[in-house]
Amino acid sequence: MTPVTPVTRTAPSAEPAGGARPLPLGGAGSRPGRRGARGRGARRAPYLFLLPAAVLFLLFFALPVGYALHLSLRRVEVEGLGLGEGARREVWAGLSNYTDALTDPELAAGALRVLGYGLIVVPVMLGLALVFALMLDADRVRGRSFTRLAIFLPYAVPGVIAALLWGFLYLPDVSPFHFVLGELGLPAPDLLDGGALYAALANIAVWGGTGFNMIVIYTALRAIPAEVYEAARLDGCSQLQIALRIKIPMVAPSLVLTFFFSVIATLQVFSEPTTLKPLTNSVPTTWSPLMKVYEDAFVRGDIHSAAATAVVVAAVTLVLSFGFLRIANSRTRQGDSR
Amino acid sequence: MTAASTAPAPAPAPATARAPRRTALLPTAALLLGALYCLLPVAWVVVASTKSGRELFSTFTFLPGTGFAENLADLSAYRDGVYWQWMANSALYAGLGALLSTAVSALAGYALAVYRFRGREAVFNVLLTGVLMPPVILAVPQYLLLAEVNLTDTHLSVLLPSVLSPYGVYLARIYASAAVPADVVEAGRTDGSGEWRIFRSLALPMMLPGLVTVFLFQFVAIWNNFLLPYIMLGDDEKFPVTLGLFTLLQQGSSTPALYTLVIAGALLAVLPLIALFLVVQRFWSLDLLSGAVKS
Repeated sequence: MTPVTPVTRTAPSAEPAGGARPLPLGGAGSRPGRRGARGRGARRAPYLFLLPAAVLFLLFFALPVGYALHLSLRRVEVEGLGLGEGARREVWAGLSNYTDALTDPELAAGALRVLGYGLIVVPVMLGLALVFALMLDADRVRGRSFTRLAIFLPYAVPGVIAALLWGFLYLPDVSPFHFVLGELGLPAPDLLDGGALYAALANIAVWGGTGFNMIVIYTALRAIPAEVYEAARLDGCSQLQIALRIKIPMVAPSLVLTFFFSVIATLQVFSEPTTLKPLTNSVPTTWSPLMKVYEDAFVRGDIHSAAATAVVVAAVTLVLSFGFLRIANSRTRQGDSR
Repeated sequence: MTAASTAPAPAPAPATARAPRRTALLPTAALLLGALYCLLPVAWVVVASTKSGRELFSTFTFLPGTGFAENLADLSAYRDGVYWQWMANSALYAGLGALLSTAVSALAGYALAVYRFRGREAVFNVLLTGVLMPPVILAVPQYLLLAEVNLTDTHLSVLLPSVLSPYGVYLARIYASAAVPADVVEAGRTDGSGEWRIFRSLALPMMLPGLVTVFLFQFVAIWNNFLLPYIMLGDDEKFPVTLGLFTLLQQGSSTPALYTLVIAGALLAVLPLIALFLVVQRFWSLDLLSGAVKS
């Protein structure tokens, strides 16, 4: 039930350090004489079962990460005009790519933009998800299964297509908002520029993510045994009081989980601003740090500084993740001891 | 799930007894508003796909147009039906990728849940760091490494990096440890079955509901993925539909006539996933998400 701490939740194995044990969990009471040839198969089995995952992990996770680190520490040196064979060679660059990345005003601006965007997306999306989950769980609500499905539906829509749909709805010539404002004789804001652009982008993420988070929270709400509410009802608590004092604290682990995933997703925002780019001039190619990585690597062809920037983004994500897990862990422990 | 809460429990508590059996207006209204907000762009794309190029920019947003059949025909005719190639590619990437991913996750999750062996926790923790690894730090070097072996701009370049899903392994492990009892495995051994046979014929059927969930998650993740194909592919015959529509939209900024194709294409691209969701809703155990498995 404490999904937030997948890394630490499994109890440290109390096994003697005797290598592979052929017996499954809790197999303490079984016959030890039955090992032999079969035991050897069972000892090898877990490693064989893990083999495909391990090979793929090495090839597509470990190797690329290592290669990115390697690239980030090197740079291309150009001799003369950079023409002809051997005029460009890769040399050791130390940490210079990192100092360049960290002092790059464009990256800093991108990070700030994503921060502003995240400050809208995460609270609004999780707030809505929590409210909807509580409403779904409230008594005497009509149309529960329809609304649950409708709010979850955007999860099935790819981010690119979501951005495309909303992008059209933001275009002055197409937008119903502009139509209504125009009929009323009011000036219509440009939704794809300036501060409104943040709201416009945040709206796409909120639209796409609320339903998924709502389902996670709602599932946790459904798991609360009914008896918990009985006492509160007998004490005359209102639905609102029950929601605030019982339900929200009891689903805190899933709130932490959804917060965690939302922050990670926000740091990596890429497809939505990239998709809106053709519709407006106010999304620069380096709007988010990830877009800058793409721009550096594939448009400017500087894979070394792209690698350094990617490593910086990954490091920030990891530090935030682990820091956050630590805080969440100590909080839940405090809660347990109370 | 819903039935239990829609019917007021005949509890003896006086508060419940006094409560009239009427709809709670505020929560119902809030949920309907939420549903309206979520359905708005979907409703728009349905309406907009019926508009001809001229109607798109001149008639009211939610006024149906007259060009649906024409838009579909134009979309199918665009570059000799490359759109349908994109859809087929997406189906291939997501379908085959998710299938392989589920198989790998099932094997690894089962091994991690059922066996005790040296390094088990280490393996699990290392796999889990993959969940936290931002795709960008992977995608750029993956591209460069695949370029070394001449695999970029191939179907494999999108398929292979999608197969291992750390989250899928995590879910499969949780599910296997809840659904496969240790004595079943032990009984299989006593009967003289080999480890593979125990997995195939005893454990796998028990893990099936969890594996359906893993498959669906991975299917959606690959279908929705944009960064990986965007980086890996150059030849638009191999594009998935997300990337294809994106390039169409990009061209649309200079030739607005393409916008109607983009919109019709978006509608058709969204329909399969929505249909999939409606069909498999009952098999899809979202409880797994929060790591909660009823034992």
